[in-house]
Amino acid sequence: MDTLELQAKAKELRQEIIKMITAAGSGHPGGSLSAADILTVLYFDKMNLRPEEPDWTGRDYFVLSKGHAAPAQYAALALRGYFPVEELNGLRKLHSRLQGHPVSSKVPGIDVSTGSLGQGVSVACGLAKGLKIDKLPNHVYTMLGDGECQEGQVWEALMFAAHYQLDNLTVIIDHNRLQIDGQVEKVMNIEPLDKKLDAFGFNVLLVNGHDIEAIQNAIDKAKTCQGRPTAIIANTIKGRGVSFMENQAGWHGTAPKPEEAEQALQELA
Amino acid sequence: MSEKIATREAYGQTLAELAATDKNLVVLDADLSKSTKTCDFAKVCPERFIDVGIAEQNMITVSAGLATLGKHVFCSSFAIFAVGRAFEQIRNSIAYPQLPVTIAATHAGLTVGEDGATHQAIEDVAIMRAVPNMTVIVPADAEETRQAVRQLAEYPHPAYLRLGRLAVEQILPADYQFQIGKGTVLRDGKDAVIFACGLMLGKALQAAEQLAAEGINTAVVNMPTIKPLDSELVCRMAKQCGAAVTVEEHSIIGGLGSAVAETLTENCPIPLLRVGVNDQFGQSGKPDELLTEYGLTVENIAAKVKEAINRK
Ligand SMILES: Cc1ncc(C[n+]2csc(CCOP(=O)(O)OP(=O)(O)O)c2C)c(N)n1
Ligand SMILES: [Mg+2]
Repeated sequence: MDTLELQAKAKELRQEIIKMITAAGSGHPGGSLSAADILTVLYFDKMNLRPEEPDWTGRDYFVLSKGHAAPAQYAALALRGYFPVEELNGLRKLHSRLQGHPVSSKVPGIDVSTGSLGQGVSVACGLAKGLKIDKLPNHVYTMLGDGECQEGQVWEALMFAAHYQLDNLTVIIDHNRLQIDGQVEKVMNIEPLDKKLDAFGFNVLLVNGHDIEAIQNAIDKAKTCQGRPTAIIANTIKGRGVSFMENQAGWHGTAPKPEEAEQALQELA
Repeated sequence: MSEKIATREAYGQTLAELAATDKNLVVLDADLSKSTKTCDFAKVCPERFIDVGIAEQNMITVSAGLATLGKHVFCSSFAIFAVGRAFEQIRNSIAYPQLPVTIAATHAGLTVGEDGATHQAIEDVAIMRAVPNMTVIVPADAEETRQAVRQLAEYPHPAYLRLGRLAVEQILPADYQFQIGKGTVLRDGKDAVIFACGLMLGKALQAAEQLAAEGINTAVVNMPTIKPLDSELVCRMAKQCGAAVTVEEHSIIGGLGSAVAETLTENCPIPLLRVGVNDQFGQSGKPDELLTEYGLTVENIAAKVKEAINRK
């Protein structure tokens, strides 16, 4: 897919995110929308995957450490052909495979269950270390929120990744500057994030997390870096693509009403 | 019908009321203040509100430091993260040194709803009950929560206060007096006794009502304190009724059901059946759908009462 096609795909992802959260009547639009471009690049361009064979041993792994952005991952998986797009309507409903937070045993294409912040990045470390032990070339990607970086476990994992020279691991931080209680900077400052990651032994890349080409380049650079893991700090806008959701902490975990969804979908058309 | 209020709402309101009189009160949260309702306290008393960010282990252990200075500490997150993520901090830094910290955890049980199993704590009471020095309280409605929060603010021991997300009706009578460690007989009976806590108390009373229509005279006891259990009351009602059922929005392992079973087995064995989550994870769904799906219903309680009576 070329850049224009990827941009169009990201838009589709965003439409599906809005539609499924509206149908569910609950969920997390803000952090799903901020992650949409990065997930598009991973799922439609950079990751080695076989949707028709989700457990293919040659696949790259993706761990959504910020599991509340499940709608973004579900949209990517459905649009990539892992399961029917219509199933997205079942999000968060009783007996649905599409649980509020991703469950690996239920959904094809989900390798790791998440939802409790801070744990996904450790699981990703385990995957990357295990692949190293087996001398396998698969790459592991994990995405975390910037608020999530306040969890101590995140730093335990990052220390581990650098210590074991996990250059098959790329940690992407969705740096949208908001968490539930407000601005990350005001709630519990994590800056200077780049310097911290650098001091922890990471190859640190800064990108505009909504610029498809910039994301592509960063992921390529991460893959060629030898001897240490890469952290991509993706500067993003929470709620990106829907004007009234952008940069609003209030849209972290609130579903749009039908008329709001209609407006959102018009903007995303 | 009374206005429905979630126990977490009552918690936030009471903290805000206490802010003016209890100058020693400090409240902590881990990026969920709008959900746990500690934001109500933060609004009126920002200088004694501490948001630690998404760092539950740090929140619990910072609380230990504050309590060491003699502060009355309430700290809040969702039950799954407060108890789950920070268990060992609670055990070793709060309970072992007997610090007066109340871990007021909200969004407990299945009625978290759509967020699904990762967010539905069904084992938190079991975990907290197993820790020495810990008091465990599960209020049934807003008024009971208000009284519990006021008493816990003065309580010189570690405590776990389990609160819900869902708005619930006022269940307890207007003259109800909550007392830590005491259960209350809300309805007397002789054929069987139901021990209940939290949002299942209302359903237990409804079940007793249904059973009465069938000529079965069932007592209902509110058991807000799971630990220390009011063993005296449990045994007295057991002897009076000869069959018992426990009802809770928690796993049947380790919660009220287990506490009552332990007491009865050692002191006055009678047939006992437990209504709760049958050792399985929850899932996404609407709160009421989930209660039905997992058998936390009036019908199931009534059926279990009959079964217990049959085993006499
Ligand atoms: C361990 C843990 N604590 C608390 C929560 C509740 N929670 C869900 S999302 C969230 C805020 C996340 O903020 P951030 O990581 O910045 O994510 P984003 O802005 O990308 O949505 C919180 C506190 C959780 N899921 N896990
Ligand atoms: Mg964020």
